[in-house]
Amino acid sequence: MTEKVLEVKNLKTYFRTMEGTVKAVDGVSFDLYEGEILALVGESGCGKSITNMTIMGLVKSPPAIIEGEILYNGKNILELSKEDYRKLRGKEIGMIFQEPMSAFDPLYTIGYQLFEVCKTHLGLNKKDAKPKIIEMLKKVGIPEPEKRFDEYPHEMSGGMLQRIMIAMTLITNPKILIADEPTTALDVTIQAQVLNLMKNLQKEFNTSIIFITHDLGVVSELADRVHVMYAGKIIEKSDVYGIYETPEHPYTKGLLASRVIKEYKDRELPHIPGFVPKATNFPDGCRFAERCSFCTEKCQKVSPELIKTSEIHETACFLYGEDTNEKDN
Amino acid sequence: MKKIIETINVKKYFPIKKGIFLKTVGHVKALESVNFSIHENQTIGVVGESGCGKSTLGRVLTKIYNPTEGTINYYDKDGEKYDISNKINKKTNMKYRSDLQMVFQNPFDSLDPRMTIGDIISEPLQIHKVFKTKSEEKDYVKDLLKKVGLYEDYFSRYPHEFSGGQRQRIAIARAIALKPRLIITDEPTSALDISVQSQVINLLKDIQKENNIAYIFISHNLDVVYHVSDRIMVMYLGNVVEEADSKELFESPMHPYTQALMKSVPGWNPRERKLSEISLEGEPPSPIAPPPGCPFHPRCKYKMDICSKEKPTIKNADHKVACHLFK
Ligand SMILES: Nc1ncnc2c1ncn2[C@@H]1O[C@H](COP(=O)(O)OP(=O)(O)OP(=O)(O)O)[C@@H](O)[C@H]1O
Ligand SMILES: Nc1ncnc2c1ncn2[C@@H]1O[C@H](COP(=O)(O)OP(=O)(O)OP(=O)(O)O)[C@@H](O)[C@H]1O
Ligand SMILES: [Mg+2]
Ligand SMILES: [Mg+2]
Repeated sequence: MTEKVLEVKNLKTYFRTMEGTVKAVDGVSFDLYEGEILALVGESGCGKSITNMTIMGLVKSPPAIIEGEILYNGKNILELSKEDYRKLRGKEIGMIFQEPMSAFDPLYTIGYQLFEVCKTHLGLNKKDAKPKIIEMLKKVGIPEPEKRFDEYPHEMSGGMLQRIMIAMTLITNPKILIADEPTTALDVTIQAQVLNLMKNLQKEFNTSIIFITHDLGVVSELADRVHVMYAGKIIEKSDVYGIYETPEHPYTKGLLASRVIKEYKDRELPHIPGFVPKATNFPDGCRFAERCSFCTEKCQKVSPELIKTSEIHETACFLYGEDTNEKDN
Repeated sequence: MKKIIETINVKKYFPIKKGIFLKTVGHVKALESVNFSIHENQTIGVVGESGCGKSTLGRVLTKIYNPTEGTINYYDKDGEKYDISNKINKKTNMKYRSDLQMVFQNPFDSLDPRMTIGDIISEPLQIHKVFKTKSEEKDYVKDLLKKVGLYEDYFSRYPHEFSGGQRQRIAIARAIALKPRLIITDEPTSALDISVQSQVINLLKDIQKENNIAYIFISHNLDVVYHVSDRIMVMYLGNVVEEADSKELFESPMHPYTQALMKSVPGWNPRERKLSEISLEGEPPSPIAPPPGCPFHPRCKYKMDICSKEKPTIKNADHKVACHLFK
């Protein structure tokens, strides 16, 4: 396989709240390879965004507690100074956020904000930056980019802002792109354009992409590999075919079964019964146990670790055996 | 079922101001001419290109903006009609506000960060003085939290402590608190994973049955829109280009844009990717200077001579479409 560009090792991000410690990310490990698209899916609130915000150095610690390692070019970036992190972010690792509005300052025009990025990370002056910005805005499908250049964020629709944010991130040509729900605000015809754009860009520049989404249709179209998260942990890893053709974890199966299809019209939609345990109060055993129809006594006591179930697949569920090495040690 | 709202030729233009004297140099034509009506217990889905005016329609109906032109009529429980297009008196306003709620597109902006979840959900209850005692009110709010799938002791936490999906459920709890007759939901489930999305949709459907609530359901997710809607409006560049019963629309979409939308829905099979073949050609048009004639003609593969000259009007039928292909 190609080279690893990012290694996340046993990452934990905890928040202290009045009710106790929120274990938003609780021991997450994964690798990102050069030029791949890795999709991250899972229950809302399971820690997808916080995992990636931590990678981006956007979770303030303290107050948050962060443990583990994030290796980029062999260096643990969690140990970087604020200043070095800022340089890395934006230039080497770019992020497209779930909420586009918060990425922009309402007081400045779109053009000015894009120019700031070009100045800081590419050292461009106004004259050289403008054509580059206009071209990028065109690339992401903004009509009349010259006019939009002088407009303010609130004058754009949600979808348009999302595309401008994509332009702002891609303009520095980052090595790693983290995209958190980048197409949720777009209609499906524009979504298709944006996904194609990201895919072409990724091919052209060999960018590695972490793609967070709830849309399993998009995942099937785009991803090389898929990681499924549940309650702060990754509970299944596979290549994209494995997830759709031989899903293993009962949560993953439940998620796939929740697809809205035409036959359900005028009927109740199937879903996984129950709710995620609270992030302040995870049980000792499997975090999915309470909602799982295969739950045994053991599941309620012991938390299953990810084990390799095939060449391409890892699952954290006792239905697929257990990691004997770990037990012996 | 009783009618709740009807719009007649509703138009919304936003002025574009430039220079030190803030001279108006043009308009963003967000809504051109929207006609529809909605009845109790009915769900109307609204789909369309991003920027086509869906949220603006929602905001005009919730009276955040007044329409530039046109009429909005509101019918109260007793069938009394009020023209609410422009300024309305306090009493009508109060009535209208308890009848209509909106769940906004962006759960990050729409919840006040300084208020606790409990306060956010209680606020409409207090404005309308629903409960006599604090404890009754608190019990009711905790009940609502449970109903939308959140823990009741989230009551005293703040919005920033929640994920996108959790915030959206908080917004839904707030919207249903007053048991309104009409709820406008702007992308209510786009931040949710599909299992929670199904839970929320089942919930919206259940409370609809219980209280005859009507929904205007704005979404990009065509599968979801099909599932929840009785009728669907397809919008393009501020215009309603097609409107029909939802089954009818999906079985025989007429407008070329509607057809393109339906073709662009991703499949669920990684071995049969169709994304790269999907391409609706051309630039999305600008609402500042919309093309002459049919707003869709620059991207339309069936374009005829007339399409760039004359704007097609929407034909009044059960399956309405604004396209020169259908005479
Ligand atoms: N600042 C904070 N303080 C306390 N808890 C927090 C904070 N930020 C996030 N959380 C909690 O951390 C958990 C993970 O949140 P995160 O935003 O990563 O979820 P997510 O998987 O991205 O969900 P979604 O799909 O809904 O966006 C949630 O339970 C959330 O309530
Ligand atoms: N307050 C405003 N001032 C100026 N222009 C505005 C304002 N609000 C919206 N617009 C413009 O009106 C048009 C319609 O916007 P609207 O938000 O209604 O689109 P939408 O259909 O909801 O899009 P999306 O699917 O992206 O949410 C856009 O071109 C937008 O830029
Ligand atoms: Mg998130
Ligand atoms: Mg909108």
